[in-house]
Amino acid sequence: MTTNILLALIMSGTIGAIAGYLGSLMLSKRMALMGGALGHLTLPGVALALLYDFDVSLGATLFLALGVLIIWLLEQKTRLHLEALTAVVFSASLATAFLFLPKEEIDIALLGDVSQITPVTVLITVIISLSLFFTIKKIYSSMVLASISSDLAQTSGVNLKLNNALYLLCIAVTVALGVRIVGGLMTAALLALPACTAKNISSNLRQYTIISTLAGSLACILGVISYAISDIPAGPLIIIASALLFLVSVFKRDL
Amino acid sequence: MIDENTVLTVSNLQIAYEGNQIISDLSFTVEKKDILIILGPNGAGKTTLLRALQHFLPYQGSVSWNAQKISYLPPQEFLQRQNLPPLNIEEFYAFKTSNSNAIKSMIADVGLDESLLSHQFNELSTGQFQRMLIGWALLDNPDVLILDEPTSGIDIGGEETIYSLLHKFWQSQNLTILLVTHDLNIVWEYATQVICLNKQQVCMGKPDEVLTPEQLKTLYGTGIKFYKHQHR
Repeated sequence: MTTNILLALIMSGTIGAIAGYLGSLMLSKRMALMGGALGHLTLPGVALALLYDFDVSLGATLFLALGVLIIWLLEQKTRLHLEALTAVVFSASLATAFLFLPKEEIDIALLGDVSQITPVTVLITVIISLSLFFTIKKIYSSMVLASISSDLAQTSGVNLKLNNALYLLCIAVTVALGVRIVGGLMTAALLALPACTAKNISSNLRQYTIISTLAGSLACILGVISYAISDIPAGPLIIIASALLFLVSVFKRDL
Repeated sequence: MIDENTVLTVSNLQIAYEGNQIISDLSFTVEKKDILIILGPNGAGKTTLLRALQHFLPYQGSVSWNAQKISYLPPQEFLQRQNLPPLNIEEFYAFKTSNSNAIKSMIADVGLDESLLSHQFNELSTGQFQRMLIGWALLDNPDVLILDEPTSGIDIGGEETIYSLLHKFWQSQNLTILLVTHDLNIVWEYATQVICLNKQQVCMGKPDEVLTPEQLKTLYGTGIKFYKHQHR
């Protein structure tokens, strides 16, 4: 096994786990597709990063922040729903990315790339993922309570504004990390699929979060191994592996 | 100076939403161990009042509590029971306490079988769900329990048992209850104080003294048939 594949496995496995964990919360908040919209938002940033040779996740983060700011401003100006505004901004963002995305880099931007990973990038990813894990763990039960009823959460002393802000921040950072391995088109799958798999086969919250985290990580590991064997980009292989795990969960449920 | 037996003092409360006055000029006090029932037609501002009392929405006037812990149960139809993560009742209770004995004893106190602890929200009947919620609300020993239409969607038999359950907790614990309902029978049977609300205070006091046929006509308009229970 080459060092590069090993680094890709560690990084993808970590990002997959955190996306699976966070995704389990997003499914319950009915925000499964939000991860996809945010993934598309990152594309101009990814394009710029590829063009000027700086870190893809950094470019993604910049455009995520810009996109979220524009959505927030439009929400103040218009009376449109958050989801509708996200649709407007993410499609405009996706189209803009194609204006200056170098042709030879299109694959990387859309499908991700795990071939050029440095140990420093892996280390930073693991550290960020750990902080994400502890943040999500801290807000998890409050967010589940808020998805049952925001009044019930408030009467239990939950600071909804703070929790929502942390939650959105976690989603944005996870998407920025995910873009690197699966590209800007498929981040929704990275977040939503493991949670769907877990929901099929778990009977309580504890099982659900553990299975979702493991399924996310396992899909990424299987995807990277397939990439090492086949040389097909890892991004689509990760999502296919995740979809296969989902299929298994559907049949296991019927047993 | 505030009497130490006073749990809640509300003065000149006014609540407006998008330019519409929902509640105007409401003042009342609630004493320890009171069962205060807020009575009024649909759209009278009952739910708005309960939410404002807990500072969930902006208001003018003053709301001051003399209580350590307040628990609130919104109307059942405001709670999400479907499309949730596979949260079971034991895990839901564990949001409030890690003491599994306390959880088991509470689920028995609200008259539910321990086996229901491994069930999820959508596997409980409406009546079981409401009992479960009452247990959850009381799990951290609140001084005050605020309930909004706790028997909506529950049949008459179930409704009786929900109220007798609440009454049992009220008798055994040092609990003050604020309750919104449409049901006049419940007021006669359990209330120590009643507020009639229709955007503003129509009446306030002990049910026997204030709930006259004339008052009810003012509150609900014409055509209210009213029957006063003799047993209390």
